[in-house]
Amino acid sequence: MTRARIKKPKTTTRPAAGSDLWDLRLYVAGLTPKSVAAFDNLKRMCKEYLKGKYRIEVIDLLLHPQLAKGDQILAIPTLVRKLPKPIKMVIGDLSDTERVLVAFDLRQRTAPTVHSELTPRVSRK
Amino acid sequence: MPSAVKSRKLARTTRTLAGTDKQLRKCPTGITGLDQITQGGLPWGRPALICGGAGCGKTLMAVEFIVRGATQFDEPGVFISFEETSEELARNVRSLGFDLDDLIRNKKLAMDFICVERGEVEETGEYDLEGLFVRLNYAIDSVKAKRIVLDTIESLFSGLSNTAILRAELRRLFRWLKEKGVTAVITGEKGDGSLTRQGIEEYVSDCVIMLDHRVHDQLSTRRLRVVKYRGSTHGTNEYPFIIDDQGISVLPVTSVGLDHPASTNRISSGIERLDTMLGGKGFFRGSSILVTGTAGSGKTSLAASFAHATCQSGGKCLYFGFVESPAQFIRNMRSIGLDMEPAIRKGLLLFHASRPTLYGLETHLTVMHRQIEQFKPSVVILDPVTNMVNAGLAEDVRSMLMRLMDHLKGKQITTFLTSLTQSGESFEQTEAMISSLIDTWLLVRDIELGGERNRCLYILKSRGMAHSNQIREFVLSRHGIELLNVYLGPAGVLTGSARLTQEAREQAEKSAGKQGVQRRRVEAEATGKALDAQIAALQAQAVAQALAVEQLRTEEQARQVQELADRSAMGRSRSADIAIVAPSSPVITKPLKGGHQ
Repeated sequence: MTRARIKKPKTTTRPAAGSDLWDLRLYVAGLTPKSVAAFDNLKRMCKEYLKGKYRIEVIDLLLHPQLAKGDQILAIPTLVRKLPKPIKMVIGDLSDTERVLVAFDLRQRTAPTVHSELTPRVSRK
Repeated sequence: MPSAVKSRKLARTTRTLAGTDKQLRKCPTGITGLDQITQGGLPWGRPALICGGAGCGKTLMAVEFIVRGATQFDEPGVFISFEETSEELARNVRSLGFDLDDLIRNKKLAMDFICVERGEVEETGEYDLEGLFVRLNYAIDSVKAKRIVLDTIESLFSGLSNTAILRAELRRLFRWLKEKGVTAVITGEKGDGSLTRQGIEEYVSDCVIMLDHRVHDQLSTRRLRVVKYRGSTHGTNEYPFIIDDQGISVLPVTSVGLDHPASTNRISSGIERLDTMLGGKGFFRGSSILVTGTAGSGKTSLAASFAHATCQSGGKCLYFGFVESPAQFIRNMRSIGLDMEPAIRKGLLLFHASRPTLYGLETHLTVMHRQIEQFKPSVVILDPVTNMVNAGLAEDVRSMLMRLMDHLKGKQITTFLTSLTQSGESFEQTEAMISSLIDTWLLVRDIELGGERNRCLYILKSRGMAHSNQIREFVLSRHGIELLNVYLGPAGVLTGSARLTQEAREQAEKSAGKQGVQRRRVEAEATGKALDAQIAALQAQAVAQALAVEQLRTEEQARQVQELADRSAMGRSRSADIAIVAPSSPVITKPLKGGHQ
């Protein structure tokens, strides 16, 4: 497809202090427009809110179908936040940045580091 | 497996029905009975929907489809579960003898648990279910699966909120499965007013099977119905099915056909005189026999006697008892000289005891069918069918028995039913209203007379044979069952002691009469003899009289001669000139004849 680049970028890693690191995985299945959009949106968001403390792993299920089982992937694209705990999942092309931020508990607090307490789930909608 | 034959048969049917329709390829499920109803199995390479309420056996049917496919038809399968983890599922179906782990090890089965929990997922923007496709594809390819189960795919609706996307993706999924050429089974929970909650029957439109678990009068019955089957004829009725340690069994029993063969072979009833009453040879093989009677009239004894005779002649008998336990039955029958135990040991007699209320009628029927299939008896006894009424409505009982009897007749198995008549009911009416289905109907009844009850038996009807119309007294003794003639005479029909008394009285009367005749004969003879004696005496008297008369005459002559002699002496002495002649005497007068004149 168009930009073959993003197929396997073990991307933009800044090995920052262990516990503060945001470990994100983006599951895609081939270079579909939705997947490309999701990756673009994710990168933009990370740059803005998680500068220097994130790592994005893009997994193409067409190449590694066996990996879908582990994170219970159904929808494509799916973004999984492995770290910090708890694990969070966001599906879709991430075009609604606001909702992604809320889901990742980034909206209420300006500082991106906070996650220590087990925050009650933010109501969707 | 007859399924191949079936599907060919089906294909023929389909052609004749649809005219141009080509043979629809079927994928046999291996589930007993289901392949018969669907005439070969599920549509090959297409998705089929199994829907029904909670706990009706959807998952189990799906599992059996996969397991049978892998084990019997060499078609590996994939089981995608949305509700249970693979471990849970494997544990659950182990009780049915399905070893999923073993199949997985042998690359016959791939399982995947797809967990959908709404709480964990946030949705932002456009997405599709390519991840699901990838997983299915991966699982299918890993075992080269020909079959797949999605149990229950509607769970997706609870996990994902964008139903528009979901529906579009499901449509795509089923199309994709078709292209992939796998036969898919999709399960779905029954919804309000629709077959499934989310209406996925719209997408899976080739074959829809509905399962149902109904409770009537506190008794549950599982039923199955093929709601639709595109491009194929199928049985449209509701068929009962059971789940037991061998999985699912569906019973495609209908009473549409009346084309069972009729045998002219006879089998003994086990009672010699009953056989005599039945044209001398007993029942027809494959016929249905009903014994009705009031409580304690000896129905079970008749049944046992028949069973005993069947086993003794080497036949196999399956005895369904609904009131007695096997031990009780054996003990009781021993009291009338029937030892059932050797037959049981030899495997000729199988006694299956169950309470009628144990499960619903249809389940009873299914269980009986299974037993019959396994045991292959030549005689089936149900004792008593009336208790079945406890397990369902009389109408249902009738329909069930009718189907059972049809099935048995088709297999040339002789059916022996007993039915209890309540006191006060007409004797010629059966509670289960099955009399019209019966070929030979024996009626056992008590006759109360002279302070005692006695059993009587007669044949109410017996199709196709000349049979006795006589009432027989039916006696249970330690030597078995005996039929005796009842007393028929001027005093009416008498049984038991009354019969014995009457017979004794008649005997007495008869002998009294005999003696009277003899006495009279002796008397007459005596009189005759007396008369003879009298006659002899009189004759002797007459002879004596005649002798006496002769004597007198002789004396007279002698006297006359004397007188003459005296007179002539006197004349001589007087010197008379004329000689006096004595009166005629043949002896004396002759020489004196001239002188006397």
